[in-house]
Amino acid sequence: MLTLKLAWRNLWRHKRRTWLTAMAMIFSNMLLVFSISLQLGQYDMMIGNTLKMFSGNLQIQQQGYLDAPKLDRTVSDINTLVSSLRQRTPYRYAARASTFALASSQERTFGIQITGVEPEFEPQVTALSGLVSEGRYLNSSSAPEIVLGKVMAKNLKVSLGDEVTLLGSGKDGSFAAGIVTVAGIFDSGLSDADRAMALVGLNYFQETFAMRGDGHSIVVSLDTLEGDVDATQQIRQQLALLADQESKLKVHNWRALNPGLEQAIQADFTSAWFMYGVLILLVALGVMNTQLMSVLERTREFGVVMSLGVKPRMISALVMLESLLMGMLGLVIGVAFGGLIVLYFQHVGLYFPGMEEMAQRFNLPGRLYPEISVLSVLMGPVVVMMFSLVATLYPALRILRLHPVEAMRAT
Amino acid sequence: MTHQNLKIIVRIAWRNLWRNRRRTTIMLVAISLGVWAMIFMSAFMRGMVNGMLVDGLNSLPGHIQIHHPDYVDDPNIENSMPEPNEELRAVLNSDAVTAWSARVRVPAMITSERESRGVMLLGIDPEYEPQLGFGNSVIQRGRFVADPNEQGIVIGEKLRATLETQVGKRVVIMSQDPQNNVADRGFKIVGVFKSSVVADEEMFVFTGKLTAQSMLRIPGMVSEIAVNGEDARDIETLFTQISAHDSPQQVSLPWYALNSYLGLMANVMDGFVLVFMIIIFLALSFGLVNTLMMAVFERVREIGLMQALGMKPATILYQVMCETFILLVLGLIIGNLTALATILPLMDGIDLSSIAQGLQMAGMSTVLTPSLTTLDFVLASSVVIVLGLLAGFMPAWKASRYRPVEALAKT
Repeated sequence: MLTLKLAWRNLWRHKRRTWLTAMAMIFSNMLLVFSISLQLGQYDMMIGNTLKMFSGNLQIQQQGYLDAPKLDRTVSDINTLVSSLRQRTPYRYAARASTFALASSQERTFGIQITGVEPEFEPQVTALSGLVSEGRYLNSSSAPEIVLGKVMAKNLKVSLGDEVTLLGSGKDGSFAAGIVTVAGIFDSGLSDADRAMALVGLNYFQETFAMRGDGHSIVVSLDTLEGDVDATQQIRQQLALLADQESKLKVHNWRALNPGLEQAIQADFTSAWFMYGVLILLVALGVMNTQLMSVLERTREFGVVMSLGVKPRMISALVMLESLLMGMLGLVIGVAFGGLIVLYFQHVGLYFPGMEEMAQRFNLPGRLYPEISVLSVLMGPVVVMMFSLVATLYPALRILRLHPVEAMRAT
Repeated sequence: MTHQNLKIIVRIAWRNLWRNRRRTTIMLVAISLGVWAMIFMSAFMRGMVNGMLVDGLNSLPGHIQIHHPDYVDDPNIENSMPEPNEELRAVLNSDAVTAWSARVRVPAMITSERESRGVMLLGIDPEYEPQLGFGNSVIQRGRFVADPNEQGIVIGEKLRATLETQVGKRVVIMSQDPQNNVADRGFKIVGVFKSSVVADEEMFVFTGKLTAQSMLRIPGMVSEIAVNGEDARDIETLFTQISAHDSPQQVSLPWYALNSYLGLMANVMDGFVLVFMIIIFLALSFGLVNTLMMAVFERVREIGLMQALGMKPATILYQVMCETFILLVLGLIIGNLTALATILPLMDGIDLSSIAQGLQMAGMSTVLTPSLTTLDFVLASSVVIVLGLLAGFMPAWKASRYRPVEALAKT
């Protein structure tokens, strides 16, 4: 307790110096709190949006389908399999099938990707059904209807009620054709989805493309991102019981399903930490300088207390404690102000001109909301404090080499 | 101030700096680290944007593009335009243009025995094309399009793998003619290309221009005319010349209007670099002010004595500023040299293919080549010198304001 008091008082012997050093910490801490919160918020949204828009948390697929999504790499009898899974495990499932086909309206012809979904269950795993801006979502698995993205509808020059002809090949290599009516058009605000996604009922898909009850993937939706390990385990067990011996079904997590997503996040996080690292080192050097000065000017004083029987170790500890106190000061004030800034932007959102173009590439909305959490707020400042303490080791360890008599003679 | 005086001031400043070697060294390390970070990071950010620019321009491609006015929003065969007339050709063949090409570019569907995919079909004249773009691509097997009459097709490696096909096999290309009749044709694959931008391998297929025109039933019509000038960032003059020939049938646009994300990135980069430099400097400045403050404080008596002996306050101000200046310049020299030493070995480019898919989301290529520009050295040096002297002014001002008697009395 006495040491603590002593350290605190020592700090304020040079008010200006201590404040300047603390200010450096406060400045860096505020910056770190703000940008880390913003980054984490951004990543959460990126992951959330991508998962909610299409991929789900997990997918069950035939081996090899993920790398090369071919029409004949199917999950056989998908309807039966998915309903058994629903009965045996608590997760939300939706079966899908997907292929490329030539879509023609009266005026236009495009190659598009068609996905067959279960209208009943798909809304439980992805958010697209809620984003239908015109018409309605699919309501029957076997009706000849299609729901497509806004941009695709525009490109095909179709509106609600128009017919679209689908041409492609069936699983058995036969010629596949069908005519579907546009039942709904969705506007997700994500350019990829709006341009490239088209949904039909799963049963209709299976009939049209000669799938004979097969599908391509079962999408699994979980309540939390972290739940995927347990769920994968459980689903694998069930698959071993349910699926026939010949099929080699794989369970992929969201990381494997969206490899670009995690890499983009990693790349962004790494490059950001380069800058944070420089900031933190600069603060640490500042602390080192301050503490070195403060030790040097007290050499005589240290000599006196040492000759009175205080161990050098104690004095080192005192100096470390001073740094710790200074670090705490910087941490508390930095986190408080940084947190306030984050709270403000969490409320109003952050926007700068031109951000929409950038945001769309990463499945982000046009306005960013930082995420405030213990982790996002404390991660940076704690590292700053740790580095400040490490930097103080240099002046603190010098004290160990002091001899009382020489120290007292020092100028 | 005479030359003689200046010489003395500089000499005293130099000696003062080294009175406390450790402190000055720590500060120098901090400044050098800051300067190094400024230049290193800028080189990488610029390299990143340059890479995006090069790849972006190559896959667009063309610094200036001429289209039917509706083509950009709706890249369809209906929105074709006639090939360039005599007057436009005169401009295109002038010296300001390094390369130009008129090509057919329409969405199509490619079908092999196994699979179908949506692609972009390009009908090109190879004589004009290689100087222009798709410069990221190299032919991996077979050959490129030989002449405008080329009957074969060249596809990307990734697409080849998906289609499970190979050179020498046949594929069917389906698209539409302006009357929305299905236009299809069988093609033999004559070549497979690889690209540093993986999406290009899935996206583009090439054939002869005349072949494409006859298949799509648009003789003498093209989708776009791409024009390259000397430098993508300096095309205003050329653009004015070309846009003078705009007609209701054809409108020219510069690259930054065609890809606003790219234009935006190129534009905000300068501001970005400056903000980054200033943030680093601010973190640095606390330490700088602190060190100078300490240096002044421990010399209070000395300063008082000098004043009592007749030194003018202004000279003392110069004296401290001179110390600051020397410190900054030393830091700049070390920082710039370390930056050079660390960046030059990386100038061949850094292979980032392990996170290729993530970079793709940001439109970046897998090889990052840092870009060293004189501008960044100048920018970093000016930020450090100007803001550094500003930061040094406070301690210097304080030093010059001491009253000789009080200062002498201070212990």
